[in-house]
Amino acid sequence: MKRTITKTLVVACGAVAAAFGVGAGTTPAQAQGKTITLCWAAWDPANALVELSKDFTAKSGIGMKFEFVPWTNYADRFLNELNSHGSLCDLIIGDSQWIGGAAENGQYVKLNDFFKKEGISMDDYMPATVVGYSEWPKNTPNYWALPAMGDAVGWTYRKDWFARPDVQKDFKAKYNRDLAAPKTLDELRDIAQFFQGREIDGKKVYGASIYTERGSEGITMGVSNYLYDYGFKYDDPKKSYAMDGFVNSPGAVKGLEAYKELYKCCTPPGASNSYMSEGLDAFKSGQVALQMNFFAFFPGLHKDPNVGGDKIGFFVNPAGPAAQATQLGGQGISVVSYSKNQAEALQYIKWFSGSDVQKKWWALGGYSCAKSVLNDPGFPNSAPFAKEFLQSMGMVVDFWAEPSYAQLLQAEQKRVHDYVVADKGTAQEALDGLVRDWKAIFKEEGKKF
Amino acid sequence: MNELSASSRITYRAVMVRPGVARRIRGLSDRTLAWLFITPTIVLLLAINIFPLLWTIYLSFTNYRANRANVPTIWLGADWYQSILTDPDIWAAMQVTAHFVIWTVVIETVVGFGLAYLIDKKFRGHGLWTTIILLPMMLSPAVVGNFWTFLYQPQIGLFNYMVAFFTGRDASSFQMLGDVTLSPWAIVIVDAWIWTPYVMLICLAGLRSIPDYIYEAAEVDRASKWRQFWSITLPMALPFIMLAVLFRGIENFKMFDMVNLLTGGGPGSTTEVASITLKRAAFESWRTGYSSAFAIILFVTVFGLANIYVKALNKVKSR
Repeated sequence: MKRTITKTLVVACGAVAAAFGVGAGTTPAQAQGKTITLCWAAWDPANALVELSKDFTAKSGIGMKFEFVPWTNYADRFLNELNSHGSLCDLIIGDSQWIGGAAENGQYVKLNDFFKKEGISMDDYMPATVVGYSEWPKNTPNYWALPAMGDAVGWTYRKDWFARPDVQKDFKAKYNRDLAAPKTLDELRDIAQFFQGREIDGKKVYGASIYTERGSEGITMGVSNYLYDYGFKYDDPKKSYAMDGFVNSPGAVKGLEAYKELYKCCTPPGASNSYMSEGLDAFKSGQVALQMNFFAFFPGLHKDPNVGGDKIGFFVNPAGPAAQATQLGGQGISVVSYSKNQAEALQYIKWFSGSDVQKKWWALGGYSCAKSVLNDPGFPNSAPFAKEFLQSMGMVVDFWAEPSYAQLLQAEQKRVHDYVVADKGTAQEALDGLVRDWKAIFKEEGKKF
Repeated sequence: MNELSASSRITYRAVMVRPGVARRIRGLSDRTLAWLFITPTIVLLLAINIFPLLWTIYLSFTNYRANRANVPTIWLGADWYQSILTDPDIWAAMQVTAHFVIWTVVIETVVGFGLAYLIDKKFRGHGLWTTIILLPMMLSPAVVGNFWTFLYQPQIGLFNYMVAFFTGRDASSFQMLGDVTLSPWAIVIVDAWIWTPYVMLICLAGLRSIPDYIYEAAEVDRASKWRQFWSITLPMALPFIMLAVLFRGIENFKMFDMVNLLTGGGPGSTTEVASITLKRAAFESWRTGYSSAFAIILFVTVFGLANIYVKALNKVKSR
C-alpha cells in the first residue's frame, strides 16, 4: 500500500513538472529568463517570423513573445500604444509611413550608433527599402529601423484560365492580340473587361479585385498604382510641399478616372470596401481573373490547393502613359524607446541582419531587403514571383511619411472614395480638393510652400 | 420580539468589539453620515466624469495633440469651434447623423409599439414570441455589424436573396452597402432590427401599467375599440413611448460601432455619422484639441435637445 502511494506521488510530481516545462525541455530562454515582445500585423509573413525567431531564442537564450494585430486595426492599435508611451512592444515592425512621426516624437530608438558599432551598413540593403523603411528625414543618413519586410503592390492572374484555348480564341477575336499578363494599364482593363461576367466551368466570374476600402488606407494603396503611372507626383521635385499641378495634374486626373473606370466595369458585385483579405477571398474562391495585392501574400497564394501552383501567375503593376511605378508596402523593424529591454531588442536586430538569417527569412516566406539575398544570381528563380518582386522593388513610390501622415491619408481616402465609389463630383474636383486638404494640413504643421 | 433581541445582541457585540468607533459614529449628525456615504460616489463621479469633461473643455481651446506631448500647447481661443461650425464636411456628417437618428427612431417606435400592442393581447404562445423578438437586442452590435455585412453581400447574402425572391430582380444587381442611395437605409434597417425589441419592451411596460378598470368603464360607455385606443391606450402609454424615443435618440446620436463595421462611413462619406468623424479626428489624426471641441459641440447638442425633450415629456406626464 505504502509503495502504491509512493508510486502515485512520483507520477503526480512528474506530471506537474512536465506541465510546467521543468526538466529536459527547458530552453536557454527560460534558463536566462528574458523575453522580448515583437509587435506586427497578423498575416502570413508574421507566421514565418515566428518560425525564424526560434533560431534567435536558441542562439541567444532570449525568449520571444509576439503581438500580432489584424491589418484593419494594426495602425490604430500600435499607434495608440506608441502615443501612450506603452512598453508592450520592445520591437515593432511599423508601417513605412509611421517613420516620420515615430522619429520626431521620440518613439523609436535612433539606430545610427548601434549600426556603426555592430558594423551594420545600410549599403547592404536595397536603396528603396532604406529610404522607405529606415530614413527620416528621407534621403538623409538618419536611421530609425532596419529594413525588415520588403513589399510592394503586385498582381496575380488565373494562369489556367488564360491558357484555355476557347478563352484565348475569344480574346484574340475581340482584341486582336494574344491573351497574356498585361504590360500596360490599358491592357489590364481590357483583360478585366473580357472576363467580367464570363462563364468559366459553369460559374460566372469577374474581371479584377482591386483595393477600394474606405476605413483605413485601402483605396489610397490601390489608386496610387494608377496615379503614379499617369504622372501623379506628391510635390514638385524642386520645391517640397508645392503640390499644385503635381497632385492634380492633368495626368493624375486621367489616372483617377482610369481607376474608377476599372472599378465600375470590372469588379465583382459588392466590392465597394475591399482590401487585402477581400482580394484574397475573391481570388481564392475563383471569382476573379486578376487580383491586386501585396507581394507578401503571394507565397501563400502559390501554395493554395485550389488556385495556387500552375493555376496562378504573377505580374508587376503595368505601365501607364507616363511611368511604371508601384505602391511601396513593407516595413522596417525598430526598437521602441519606451522598451525596458532595449539591449535584448537590439540584439535581435543584430541577429536579424545576418546574411544567413536573411536567406532563411526569404526561404520561410518573408521578403528580405538585403542585397545579399536579392542580388544573388539564383534569386529570380527562387520563387515564381521573385523576379516580379525584384522588379517591383526597383520602381516603388511611397505615400507621405510625414508626422501628419494619418491626416494626409484620411484626406485622400475621403476624396478618392467619394469620387470612385460614391460617384461624387469629378476627378479634377477630387484632386483639387485633395490639394486643398493637404495644404491645410501642412499649414497647420507649420510647413512653408 | 425575537428579531428585536437578535438585533440588540448584534449591536451589543459591535459595541463590545469596537467601542471607540461606535462612540464616534453615534456622535455624528445625520448630515455628516449622509456625506460620508455619498462621498465615494462623488469622488468617483468627479474623477471619471466631471474632470475629463472639464479637461476636454480646456483642450478644446488649445492645439494639443496626444501624440506630440513634447510640442508646446498653445491657447487658440475659439478657433476650433469656428472652424468646425463652418466646415461643410462636419455639416454633412451631421446631416447623415440626423437622417440615421430620425429614421431609426421613427421605425423603431412605430414597429416597437405595434409589437408591444400585439404582445399585450396575451395570445397563445406570446411568451415564446416575446423571447424570440428580444433576441436581436441581446447580441453585441459588433457581432451584428459583422454578420449583416454577410447578409448584405450581393452574391451570397440572404438579404439580397430575399429581395430578389420577392421582386424578381437579380440578387447581385444591387448592393446595400456600396450604393450611395441604399447604404444610409442599410444601416437604418440593421439598427431597427436590433433595437425595435427594446422599444417594444418599454412600450409593453406602458401598456401593462394601464389599469383594466379604465377600459371596463369605456366598455360600459360603449366606446369603440378605435376610440379606446386613441383616448385611453395611446395617451396613457405616451410617456413611455416618449421615454423610449429619448433613449434611442441619444443612443443613436452617438452610434459608432455598428456603422463602422458595416460601412466604415462609406461609400465615400455617405454613412459617415458624426461619431465616426470624431473618432477619425481624435484617434487616427490625433487632433486632440480639434476633436475635443467637436466632442463638446456634440455633447451640447445632445444635452440641449434632451433637455428640451425632457421638459416636453414632463408636460405630457403632468396632463
